[in-house]
Amino acid sequence: MNSLIQYTLRIADSSLILGQRMSQWCSNGPTLEEDIAMSNIALDSFGQANGFYEYAAQLDGSRSADELAFKRNEREFFNHQLSEQENGNFGTTTVRNFLHDAFNFLFYTELASSKDETLAALSAKSLKEVKYHLRHSSNWLIRLGDGTQESNMKVQESLNFLWQYTGEIFEMDEIDNEMLDAGVGVDNNKLRKGWDEIINSTIEKAKLTRPVDGYMANGSKKGIHTEHLGFLLAEMQFLPRAYPDAKW
Amino acid sequence: MQNGNTAHIWKLLNTIPDPEIPVISIVELGVIRDVTFTDKSYTILITPTYSGCPAVKTFTDDIKECLKENGVRNFKLKLIYSPAWTTDWMTDKTKEKLRKYGIAPPSNTVRCPQCNSKNVEILSEFGATACKSMCRCSDCLEPFEFFKCI
Repeated sequence: MNSLIQYTLRIADSSLILGQRMSQWCSNGPTLEEDIAMSNIALDSFGQANGFYEYAAQLDGSRSADELAFKRNEREFFNHQLSEQENGNFGTTTVRNFLHDAFNFLFYTELASSKDETLAALSAKSLKEVKYHLRHSSNWLIRLGDGTQESNMKVQESLNFLWQYTGEIFEMDEIDNEMLDAGVGVDNNKLRKGWDEIINSTIEKAKLTRPVDGYMANGSKKGIHTEHLGFLLAEMQFLPRAYPDAKW
Repeated sequence: MQNGNTAHIWKLLNTIPDPEIPVISIVELGVIRDVTFTDKSYTILITPTYSGCPAVKTFTDDIKECLKENGVRNFKLKLIYSPAWTTDWMTDKTKEKLRKYGIAPPSNTVRCPQCNSKNVEILSEFGATACKSMCRCSDCLEPFEFFKCI
């Protein structure tokens, strides 16, 4: 597969999968305001994914955006493993999104100046939304971390658990390097410093402890995932697979 | 018959209300970026407000319906992402329409659309649609929506 398609798909996949996770909160949020907030974030993520899928489909020429989202199997998805992690409690979702949003904010900031005009435009658009997603997840992290003993303990546990998925988001493989050399892609290594600053300052405000780097999961760039993605896809893809001609 | 009257197309588009906020048109919202006429056909450039805004589908359907009803058949719609939509494109007149409708217009200073007080609090950054936050006036105590700056 063409490297640019692959690169675009990775971005689209992470947005789609995180969006699907957020949509699972719809009608289950801890308060009505949060329910609406999380559904809004899900919608933004789907919209962002759609833009990137439409571009990938246009480059690909043989599959539509819907087919890319609904007709690929687990091993053909390239989203960060972080994005597929289960919602858990509200604190787990907050931590997962915070780690993801901080990366996305920096990633889109860089990709907005890509030589590829479409990727640049989609990134500039997505960035506007990711900014308030990051504000939302950061504010909740601080509120929960600096909340009660119970809430602090829960988000610290989530942070400790999810930390193992923060390694691969910075990984660079041959496709990333090829895109970087072409002036299209982002040097993920360069994002680390900014990410550390956001993470450290927020964690400090939240009275949490930054976990020590230990085992780091990886493999999503090759389609390797945790067991959660298969279940997520089974639910998300059921309708278009069971009723291939279904139309809204 | 088709002489490339883009001003006429703009006029027709300006009659289409925003699906969520019917007091302003989609032209006033700023989602119509350009109307051009080449090779006997109009091209209408549209940009989404928010990436996932469900209203985009509705207003593209509305545009098609409106133009066809008015006898315009030679047109195509094109979705563009750059430059990204911003609330800066709304005119003061449009903002005033929003305020009268009960939505605090995009501004650095949020004011209660009922009593004009600056003494307001944001209850949630997310409202019934992606473009609005939920607020409450601390003076008149009325809850209201604020059209976010983006």
